[in-house]
Order: sequence, then C-alpha cells, then structure tokens
Amino acid sequence: MAAVIPRRVYYSVYAILLGLVLLTWGLSYLHLSHPLSVSVALTIAIVKALLVVLFFMHVRYSSWLTWVFVGAGVAWMGHILILTMSDYLTRGIVSGW
Amino acid sequence: MAEQRTALAQKTALAHQFDDLAQQHEASNLGMWAFLLTEVMFFGGLFVSYTVYRTAYLAGFIAGSQHLNVLLGTLNTAVLLSSSLTMALAVHAAQEGHTRLLSRFLLLTMFLGLVFLGIKGYEYALEYHEGLVPALNFAYTGPHAPQVKLFMIFYFVMTSLHALHMLIGLSLLTVLAILAWRRRFSTTYHTPVEVIGLYWHFVDIVWIFLYPLLYLVG
Repeated sequence: MAAVIPRRVYYSVYAILLGLVLLTWGLSYLHLSHPLSVSVALTIAIVKALLVVLFFMHVRYSSWLTWVFVGAGVAWMGHILILTMSDYLTRGIVSGW
Repeated sequence: MAEQRTALAQKTALAHQFDDLAQQHEASNLGMWAFLLTEVMFFGGLFVSYTVYRTAYLAGFIAGSQHLNVLLGTLNTAVLLSSSLTMALAVHAAQEGHTRLLSRFLLLTMFLGLVFLGIKGYEYALEYHEGLVPALNFAYTGPHAPQVKLFMIFYFVMTSLHALHMLIGLSLLTVLAILAWRRRFSTTYHTPVEVIGLYWHFVDIVWIFLYPLLYLVG
C-alpha cells in the first residue's frame, strides 16, 4: 500500500507553490527582456510541476516502475521538443537546405 | 461485526486476477500513469506546435498575450493549485479512514474546480466583448493581426481542451463523492480516490505550463 505522507508535507508544498505563483506574477511586472522572461517563467513552471508530481502525486514515495512510467513521459516530451526545434531553429543556418 | 464488514469490503474490493490488494493498488496506479502518458502526448503535440509558431511569430504572440487578463490567469493558477491541495488531503483522509473528512475534501475540490471554470468563463466573455474570438467575432486590426489571431486560436483550443479535462475530472469527483457518502472506501480500499487524484493533479500540471506560455509571453 502507498505510504501515508504527513499532512504538513502537503501544506509546506502548497505554501511553496503559492509563493512561486506570486513570484511569477511579480516578475511579469518587471517586464524582463524576451529570452530571459520566458526562461524564468518556464523554470518556475517546471519546479511547480516537479513539486506536484513528487509530493501530491506521491511519485517520491512510489515504486521504481512508477518512476519509469513518469520518466517515459518526460523523455518523450523532451525528445519531441528538442528534435522539432533543432529543425526549426537551424533552418537557414545550413545553406542549400 | 466491524471486522466482518472490513473482511467483506476487502473481499468485494479485490478482483480475482490479483493476488492481494497491494498488487491491485500498484496495477491501478500504473494503469492511470499509462493513461496520463497518452495525455502527455495529446497536450504535448499542442505545446510543440505552439512553440514552433511562437518562435516564428514572436511579435504577434506577444501582442496577443497582452490582450489576456494576467490577474485572472494568476488567480486561476492559485485556485487550481488549492484544488490540488484539497485533492491530496482527500487522498490522505481516505488513507487514514476519515470518511466524513474525505467527503468534505472531495466537495471542496469540486467547488474549487467550479470556481476555476467560472473565472475561465468570465475571461472568455471578456475576450468575446473585446472581439478577440477567432471564427466568431475577431475584430483586432492592430499590428500583426493574422499572428494575433493564430495566438488566440492556440489560446482557445488549449484552454478549452483543458477545461474539458476539468469537466471530466468534476464528473469523476462526483462519482467519488457519492461512493464516499455511501462509505465504500476504507483504510484498506481507497484506490479509486488515489487514481482519480492522479488525474486531477495532471490536469493541474497542464495548467501550470499553460499559464506562463499564454499569459506571460511578453
């Protein structure tokens, strides 16, 4: 059976998540320049997603097979993004293609 | 009497192809994860095409993003994260065998889900009045108008598909709440609460990425 996680873990994770929401929101008013603003916003989103997956979805306390399933999703998403963008971002760099 | 009832509950909860409840629990969780992987592929395709067009038409996407209401988007992020907390607490209550607390947290999660959909609907109404809905009343004529239109198409497709997942989640939570009300869950058997919880958290994660990509592009 799944491990019972102390309730204060959930409250702490929730507090961090809300802090990150406020941080993203505050940063959006600083009007950071283009590549930096997206990188910061997406980094915060990845941290939030990790917290939800590891604690709310119990993956931190789950079997290695669950980790394999979750890893497959992350790996697939990484592959489709990196391979697709390695095409679109390099068009025009190699002449004659 | 109580022991008999627990034994009976375990007997009816265990499907005959499993050795014990622990094995059944693991199989159910992995089954939901496998389904969530298909959802990663479903939303992933949209996220990748969004990234491709955003790279190509950056100025238009920034102009489109500035027409969205950042405050309402941020508020909705907080509402959805709160509903994830109450869902996690519902699973906790189920594990501890607090049936009434379980029902309350499920209802609270549903309430927050409805608040999210209400705010989303209000946002859609605002965008309709501004003439920003492609195929209905798109009236934006400023710079990069065709690219702004493309951004709005991505916005409406992605957020409405997300809202559809919320509606499915709300229906599943309704079933859970009824089952919890009928005291069908116990410390030994509460797998449906956990599995539907996974789905609810996943829908939350989709929004965690939609929020910066749609509202904070500029």
